[in-house]
Amino acid sequence: MPVATLREAIEEHVHDGDMVALEGFTHLIPFAAGHEIIRQRRRHLHLVRMTPDLLYDQMIGAGCADHLTFSWGGNPGVGSAHRVREAIEKSWPQPLQVHEHSHAGMAAAYVAGASRLPFGLLRGYFGTDLATVNPDIRSVACPYTGEQIATVPPLNPDVTILHAQKADLEGNVLMSGIVGAQKEAALAAKRLVVTVEEIVEHLDAPMNSVVLPAWVVSAVACVPGGAWPSYARGYYARDNAFCIAWDEISRDRERFAAWIERYVYGTRNHREFVQALRADGVSL
Amino acid sequence: MMTVTAARMLWDRAVCFVGIGLPSAAANLARLLKAPDIVLIYESGTIGTRPNVLPLSIGDGELADTATCVVPLPEIFAYWLQAGRVDLGFLGAAQVDRFGNLNSTVIGPYDRPQTRLPGAGGAPEIALHAKQVYVIIKQSPRTFVPSLDFVSSAGFLGGNGERARRGAPGRGPQAIITDYGLMRPDPTTDEFVLVARYEHVTVAAAVAACGWPLRTGAAVEVIAPPTLEELEALRELHARTRAAHAVRVKLPI
Repeated sequence: MPVATLREAIEEHVHDGDMVALEGFTHLIPFAAGHEIIRQRRRHLHLVRMTPDLLYDQMIGAGCADHLTFSWGGNPGVGSAHRVREAIEKSWPQPLQVHEHSHAGMAAAYVAGASRLPFGLLRGYFGTDLATVNPDIRSVACPYTGEQIATVPPLNPDVTILHAQKADLEGNVLMSGIVGAQKEAALAAKRLVVTVEEIVEHLDAPMNSVVLPAWVVSAVACVPGGAWPSYARGYYARDNAFCIAWDEISRDRERFAAWIERYVYGTRNHREFVQALRADGVSL
Repeated sequence: MMTVTAARMLWDRAVCFVGIGLPSAAANLARLLKAPDIVLIYESGTIGTRPNVLPLSIGDGELADTATCVVPLPEIFAYWLQAGRVDLGFLGAAQVDRFGNLNSTVIGPYDRPQTRLPGAGGAPEIALHAKQVYVIIKQSPRTFVPSLDFVSSAGFLGGNGERARRGAPGRGPQAIITDYGLMRPDPTTDEFVLVARYEHVTVAAAVAACGWPLRTGAAVEVIAPPTLEELEALRELHARTRAAHAVRVKLPI
């Protein structure tokens, strides 16, 4: 039975120095799990994520990471991820070494990781400077035609963390909607932690939907609202107003630190986190 | 004006891979006005989406809910984009050079950046594989630069046919839509030249707002001002979008 509390799941499966991928492409981003990692003061993580947006802004600003593998980092539709930027530009709160890809390259790296292949390949990175700053981007001659094809090393995180709509009592997980590269990131990892909106008796998953069977899941925690301010299709919408407000909160070091102190360090779990936001007038 | 101009250049049934922001606004305006069967693809994996309001992010629920289908990320890049199924890629950037190469990664040196930008995302492979690319970007000497600080996505590389010689599957950037007018590549040198301007803009002003010595086409046409219909459709789209983005979210706890 892999069902646990989120605190237990993070305590057991996320360690200092781990390579950790919290995936979710705008949808189903495991914010509550990221906050728990901040609360448990994990350090020296190598964070992996195609789109480091608000969640990695918070984790990097809080000092959890010193490596970042990514392909696009910002506050979508709003602007910069200010904490990520300050870590790269000014080494604050600590230096951040980046390993940068394109989306297609990173997707290929997850596919290779999930397949336990020595590299992923794509027709990509054509004419760009990315290969000059990321020595992991190389190429190989096609054994049939001789064509040079770009290669990327596999991504095999120590732990991948996802948020999904449902799990059943056995710990099988179902997700739907925009599913990004979550299945690949899940199967590429050594351990898999999933938070879900609800635990149901039977999944009743439509055939061919994205199901992660219990035996590949290390732990499941029921954390309703755990993707906020991202969204969980069928449960709640993306909080675009908060994502816009985050621009101001994150712009300033002190204001950011106060936000983390009040809402993350100052609360014991996601329920208290939401209650604290509501108490301060955030409509949720 | 940029959005309307770009929207006019799209066509019905085009398979269009769209970035967030101005490209998304223009593509949806085109769909509402003149191209009801345009196929909009966002890199979040939504294919054939018909959003009623503009998405703030590339993966808003609205995009999934109104899509023909939603596919995983590795699939959107491999089976759809890389396989050559996209007619038009529609990109923005922070900097562009005279050959339509784009920078969305960094201003200043990569290791000690003045400004760290979000990065390339889906753009390098969109720029490579889409049959053609439109770029939409506001013009100033800081954005239209003689030399990019970083090449995130390839246009015509060094020009004079280099892109084609190196075997890129897509034809590359065929238009740059700016807030001064429209640039197209010279068919021989691949250098972007001014071919049209807005009514209120002079050629001299467009040249002054470009960081490389901008040449003009044989004739610089005047782009017709937006019609009432175009303006109303765009205003309504933005108004719907603002209202939708202001709706408070209710968490189920």
